[in-house]
Amino acid sequence: MKKIIFALSLTIIMVVLAGCGSGSGEKVYVYSYGDYFDPELIEMFKEETGIEVILDTYDTCEEMYPVIKNNSASYDVLCPSDYMIERLIEEELLSEINFDNVPNIKNIGDKYLEMSREFDPENKYSVPHTFGTAGILYNTEMVGDKVIDSWEDLWDEDFAGEIVMQDSIRDTFMVAEKILGYSLNTVDEEELKEASELLKKQKSLVYKYANDSARDILASESAALGVIWNGEYLYALELNDKLDFVVPKEGSQLFVDSWVITKTSENKENAEAWINFMCREDVAKKNFEYLTYSCPNVAAQALLDEDILNNEKVFLTEEMIDNSEVLKDLGPKGNELYSKYWKQFKAE
Amino acid sequence: MTYKKSLAVPFIIWILAGTIIPIGAIAYYGLTDRNENFTLENVLAIGDSVHLQALWLSVLLALISTVICFLIAYPLAIIMRNSNLGKRGFMIFLFILPMWMNFLLRTMAWQVLLEKNGVINGVLETIGLPALEIINTPAAVVLGMVYDFLPFMILPIYNVMSKIDDSVIEAAYDLGASTSKVITKIYLPLSIPGIVSGINMVFIPSLTTFVISNMLGGGKINLIGNIIEQEFTVSSNWNLGSGLSLVMMLFIIVSMIFLERFDKTGEDSFI
Repeated sequence: MKKIIFALSLTIIMVVLAGCGSGSGEKVYVYSYGDYFDPELIEMFKEETGIEVILDTYDTCEEMYPVIKNNSASYDVLCPSDYMIERLIEEELLSEINFDNVPNIKNIGDKYLEMSREFDPENKYSVPHTFGTAGILYNTEMVGDKVIDSWEDLWDEDFAGEIVMQDSIRDTFMVAEKILGYSLNTVDEEELKEASELLKKQKSLVYKYANDSARDILASESAALGVIWNGEYLYALELNDKLDFVVPKEGSQLFVDSWVITKTSENKENAEAWINFMCREDVAKKNFEYLTYSCPNVAAQALLDEDILNNEKVFLTEEMIDNSEVLKDLGPKGNELYSKYWKQFKAE
Repeated sequence: MTYKKSLAVPFIIWILAGTIIPIGAIAYYGLTDRNENFTLENVLAIGDSVHLQALWLSVLLALISTVICFLIAYPLAIIMRNSNLGKRGFMIFLFILPMWMNFLLRTMAWQVLLEKNGVINGVLETIGLPALEIINTPAAVVLGMVYDFLPFMILPIYNVMSKIDDSVIEAAYDLGASTSKVITKIYLPLSIPGIVSGINMVFIPSLTTFVISNMLGGGKINLIGNIIEQEFTVSSNWNLGSGLSLVMMLFIIVSMIFLERFDKTGEDSFI
């Protein structure tokens, strides 16, 4: 039944779209986070390889997952985050990458491949694209004399109405879990309940729950401090030089977003060419300059200015990495538990 | 196939692709669980306190914005009806003009305008007035709804009003009716089809919106539309999202039938 519905709707969409499709030639269908690599690279890739990139984007991994799971569109390459890759591997939705076609994997630093082993134990399915951590971006003038170094500062009543939180289940819960000293992968119902109570308590102090716009709200000084990815720091600094960034002492979340190839990929070699291209040092460097999210490409890192490379807010120290946790997939039961408490907290 | 029937083919494909198949898919997902077994759980989940709370808030905000839209649109429709032709055209143009812009952009513009350090507060500050702090509150969501949906209230009411025969109004005045009498006894009863359709076109999108509450509610205002959206984008639970959508469809059909009863003229008023 499900198949029939999809087949029917697909056929009709195909018929409608057939008129729009253009020419033949090599293609690769890329599905990634929005604005996650320099758009100029698409043109560059086409010029070098003759392969046309067809790009679709998503805001959250959760949005991408059902599309891949139901195979309702045939994408070749995805760029999901760690825990989602783990889930995709577990459900056999990814295919192993043929690294003979991705020689530039040598540019990816060993320690980053080691980070990847948390979710891709044999480094068979994924190639890291960016990594980083969450922290607090704050306005040094607006917070006054206070030292910002703990997640608990986000519960400080002096900052009522000036706090920005992430609006994404795991990332929002992470903050409460770290304050309570729990793992951010906990599936213990009592611990989750406690975390959601803590978040409810904070709700009246929060100016806004925001993902991508958090940076702009802080840069425009509509709020004093907020949870944000370290990759946003350099860009935010350009918008407002009063901003500073800190990774709280309780530790944080470490993410690794990586390229993977779907099981159903029909252009696997093109997909590998795309991944290989993204791993080339000049491309990775261009990407870093566009994105400012830390890149795991050591060959590209060598091309960067010393002071950027040594800026621990951009390229994390070993200590910060050790103090952070990578999100794990929690399985259907765990995910449902998070959904349940998330909804309750949101409904307050 | 006869000539006439073949003319209907594009329409049939359109309805099939745009209405029947999607609704079929929603019904299918809504009435099954993750393992594709039949279940009513997703539909009955509306009884969850979290969902009921969101539904109640949605109904409340939708009602408020519908009433506000009506209070703005009704006098305006009378004014437009009684203006001369050129002026009337210009006024309609003014209300339709914003609709040429994408409604997402317009809502986003409100976000920028209302932001704590936004444009409006900048102006208020320079002229020494207290700042307006409504962004990320229900008030901002209502403002967004009224702004986005007001034309849908004005146009149908105006449309019906402009068809009211001048001589009926003149007769009422000749017989000594006051202006308020004319409004309540002539305009109001004769414009009910327009009002019904206006209410439908404001209430229903307000009830189901998630974009406006997302943009202007700061992630703190959870309407039923947001719950359904999040089931798809965050929880990856298409089944529950579809189940709740089915309930909303039912809700909308019931409210349309309810409103239809007021429209005694029996004219097709849903356009």
